[in-house]
Amino acid sequence: MIEELIPKAEKFNYNFAFIDEGAKKEIRRKLLKAIAIPGHQVPFASRELPIARGWGTGGLQVTMAVIGPEDTLKIIDQGCDGSVNAINLRKLMVKTTGVKTTFDTTQATVIQTRHRIPEIPLKEGQVLVFQVPLPEPLRHVEPSEVETRRMHAESDYGLMWVTLYEDIANWGSISIGAGYPCKVNGHYIMSPSPIPKWDNYKLNQAECLYLFGAGREKRIYAIPPYTDVEPLQFEDKPFSVERFDGLYCIRCGATDSFLDEIYDEETGEKYHVCSDTGYCDWRMENKDE
Amino acid sequence: MNNINMDHGCVLQVRNLSKKFGRGCPHCEKLTGPEFGSNVCPKCNSVVALHHVSFDLYQGEILGVVGESGSGKSSLVQCLYFDQQATSGEGYLSYYNDGEENIFQLPQSKKRYIRNHLMGMVYQNPLLGLRLGFTSGGNIAEKLLTADIYHYETIRERGKELLTRTEIPEYYMDEKPKRFSGGMQQRVQIAKALANNPPILLLDEVTTGLDVSVQAKVLDLIKCLQQELNISMLVVSHDLGVIRLLTNRTMVLKNGRIVERGLTDQILEDPQHNYTQLLVHSML
Repeated sequence: MIEELIPKAEKFNYNFAFIDEGAKKEIRRKLLKAIAIPGHQVPFASRELPIARGWGTGGLQVTMAVIGPEDTLKIIDQGCDGSVNAINLRKLMVKTTGVKTTFDTTQATVIQTRHRIPEIPLKEGQVLVFQVPLPEPLRHVEPSEVETRRMHAESDYGLMWVTLYEDIANWGSISIGAGYPCKVNGHYIMSPSPIPKWDNYKLNQAECLYLFGAGREKRIYAIPPYTDVEPLQFEDKPFSVERFDGLYCIRCGATDSFLDEIYDEETGEKYHVCSDTGYCDWRMENKDE
Repeated sequence: MNNINMDHGCVLQVRNLSKKFGRGCPHCEKLTGPEFGSNVCPKCNSVVALHHVSFDLYQGEILGVVGESGSGKSSLVQCLYFDQQATSGEGYLSYYNDGEENIFQLPQSKKRYIRNHLMGMVYQNPLLGLRLGFTSGGNIAEKLLTADIYHYETIRERGKELLTRTEIPEYYMDEKPKRFSGGMQQRVQIAKALANNPPILLLDEVTTGLDVSVQAKVLDLIKCLQQELNISMLVVSHDLGVIRLLTNRTMVLKNGRIVERGLTDQILEDPQHNYTQLLVHSML
């Protein structure tokens, strides 16, 4: 089967998975370093790709470096398998690798995602690759890269905490909506990419491997399996996730998934649907049985 | 090797602290100093900001450092607070590892620990000590958070307590110090420096730039706090009035060298070194 697939890729005169082997080797080395130091941002030589910076080039390069002909790929954008970003990245990957793709989270070995973690818990052997726009969680408190690196090295996170304090003092609660900073393995503060707070708990002691790639910012970081990841929280102001009290998915009826708001085009009525379309489909299929 | 004689209540012992800006050459120390009236080396143009400065700071005492502009006063406190890297010298802190380790040789993370847990610093310019983008409560919180206190209500309570103590109305807690007057900013800075009860407080020209009545208020506050909390303080000033009012002992710094030291009254009433005499005479 592999023999069938590889010529298909070669037909387009691209190397397997588009980028050349030297580039892959470099990214793999950086990935190993990132996994060895959980939450630490490793600089890498971000390559030119046939998509624009900011469209998931970091995640894509990581996926290209880790994928093999036998892998099954799933690409999602905000939980959705069918959005423009996901479709185009999937097309590029299929054209240059010929790998199987799937919408089913449980079947995929490599999942590339933008801003969501699938609802079905990932298992050992699965890799989730994040597309990261801003890898530096301290960027909005400290503009200097030299300073933020020093702050990470010395665990000097007082400033980050002050912004949380100020949020509570001014607004009564912490106003970070997506990309809630968390502490990895008791040392580094890391931006989990703009996932909703709902997904933060899925990072802690996960069975799968999480890889983060930021193409424009040229950084790679990772959370290896079974690593402690805790959101920053005051002892008396616990971290809380989004609540969907009394709401359910109009399609599959789920009450335990992260819901998106949609409006009926004609009546203007507000509905909720699962943000993770793969999960929604999986529930629909199992309902029939 | 225990370098601090704990029986005498010494909290900070500094020996032969030197700070040089520039490349340096073998002649720097020999060709600068009070006798040359300069701390710029004529051979290599390096600035010898401090040379072999030694002193002891005792529990609950206020030690004054007096000298003209460029005498190395600010370099001294900045080296002690690790804002500047000391070129050479030894420092022992009784609160850190029982004074067993030279604090100037510690790695950055340990220095940060000392800064966050054991020392407070009040700068001449509140801009340096405060973050004007954050509220005054947030500024005090920063000091507590760096000292690993992550309980929100505790931080709020401590903030209120400190602001009350430094005579800032409680409703200013959630205001940004950007809008405050200079005197109030300075008091917020003192509150911030005191946030985690540091045993040592460094004050660098705290009253310079404030008008006389506000100066009196700030000095009064420092004196009261010192008596109440029994903190050891190092007060740097070029104003002999401030030195007379606050300090028990004084060192006179000239061109990076200590030229005279002793009880404050003694130095002001009966100065021995001719530079000190000049300084005391020019006061009136």
